[in-house]
Amino acid sequence: MINVENVSKSFTLHNQGAARIPVMHGASFQVAPGECVALVGVSGAGKSTLMRMLYGNYLAQSGRIQIGEVDVASAAPREILQLRRYSLGYVSQFLRVVPRVSTVDVVAEPLLATGWDRSDALARAEILLTRLNVPERLWSLSPTTFSGGEQQRVNIARGFAYDYPALLLDEPTASLDATNRAVVLEMIAAAKARGAAIVGIFHDDAARAQVCDREIDVTAFTPKAVA
Amino acid sequence: MTPLLQVTDIAKFYGQRIGCTGVSFDLYPGEVMGIVGESGSGKSTLLNCLAGHLTPDRGSVCFDTRADGLRDTVSMSEPERRMLSRTDWAFVHQHARDGLRMNVSAGGNVGERLMAVGARHYGDIREAATDWLGRVEISVDRIDDRPTAFSGGMQQRLQIARNLVTGPRLVFMDEPTGGLDVSVQARLLDLLRGLVREMNLSAIIVTHDLAVVRLLADRLMVMKDGHVVETGLTDQVLDDPQHRYTQLLVSSVLQV
Repeated sequence: MINVENVSKSFTLHNQGAARIPVMHGASFQVAPGECVALVGVSGAGKSTLMRMLYGNYLAQSGRIQIGEVDVASAAPREILQLRRYSLGYVSQFLRVVPRVSTVDVVAEPLLATGWDRSDALARAEILLTRLNVPERLWSLSPTTFSGGEQQRVNIARGFAYDYPALLLDEPTASLDATNRAVVLEMIAAAKARGAAIVGIFHDDAARAQVCDREIDVTAFTPKAVA
Repeated sequence: MTPLLQVTDIAKFYGQRIGCTGVSFDLYPGEVMGIVGESGSGKSTLLNCLAGHLTPDRGSVCFDTRADGLRDTVSMSEPERRMLSRTDWAFVHQHARDGLRMNVSAGGNVGERLMAVGARHYGDIREAATDWLGRVEISVDRIDDRPTAFSGGMQQRLQIARNLVTGPRLVFMDEPTGGLDVSVQARLLDLLRGLVREMNLSAIIVTHDLAVVRLLADRLMVMKDGHVVETGLTDQVLDDPQHRYTQLLVSSVLQV
């Protein structure tokens, strides 16, 4: 499902003396449907950079990032948008939403984007929010003022609303209590069971051991000059 | 899929000076494209060339018309182009007074565009106007007031209602939130975002405000000195800008 081949990345900071910072070189790995793979490596090794390249948020300099039928490294914006709508989900560490949009709408949005009926989408959003223990009195409010843990659960509900064949998880259990952490791990296991290919960053060692099939040490892709 | 708008090598010169040059892109149905750049970068010149307000010196702007498929609107006859701008196209001006008739009631402003496409039944027109005022969050008891009695934010929302009432397929917006208070901007953006989704609108938005495109645009075009210096997916261009100028633009935004 996910096939990364010889991907490299460097940042050129034109306005800071054109400093060129190589951050990744020769990254290659594959993730099969139903498999969960953890990216590991010290802070600064490039885990998040790699994740962002998989999502098309950062531009890969060279190589291929094949997700389903699309090569994210060379696809047009329109193809990446289509991929994100139907095939590639992303649970980021931080919730980035429009002010004034209610929590239940934030969660239902990915479903509406794929053409779900509004009432079905809202019903599914409510099931997910209930499962993640987000109090019902908060559903009609915008999540912008919620606590860190609540925002993260809204983020997870949103990321799992639609059954994407490929899923990227950036620290999905970071600020959760034990109960909610267990719920999220169950949801990840269920996504694997339905055949989703998952790439995740987990600083929570026990969580990683529980849901991930193998680890990829990103340090192996760090250019020598930086390491 | 046929693009809704196919722009090829547009150029506009003011004497020796470049307005914009070498601009080409395809816009597909349901896509929202943002054009960003500083004042004088050529973004408004480009928008006006696309919308038929200015005649470009070179290039073509092909629109997927309902009747005949892709047609070059630059070489189209004036009446045909005017018909497009009343039906399938809409233009939201930065200053609401440029897009509204200030001495006609709010309801009349919305109704007028309907009448331009042939609506004649007073009850139907009034009903559509009432519905649209509601959608843009203007209280129905203001329907008979003139826009001169409205606040800036309300005027802008009225202009949007007037533009969208005929169900256009392509909306051009020139700094739609310019000159409004931040809180008013947020409300307007939220409204626009909802309408774009709900009506599956295609739109081209010119702005110098990166927050506006972050919220509304699927993809971005960055302009500098009349040239397009960078294009791409909105979040990619803003989070990983490649061109020197885009990096400067993104790093110049103050974080709050």
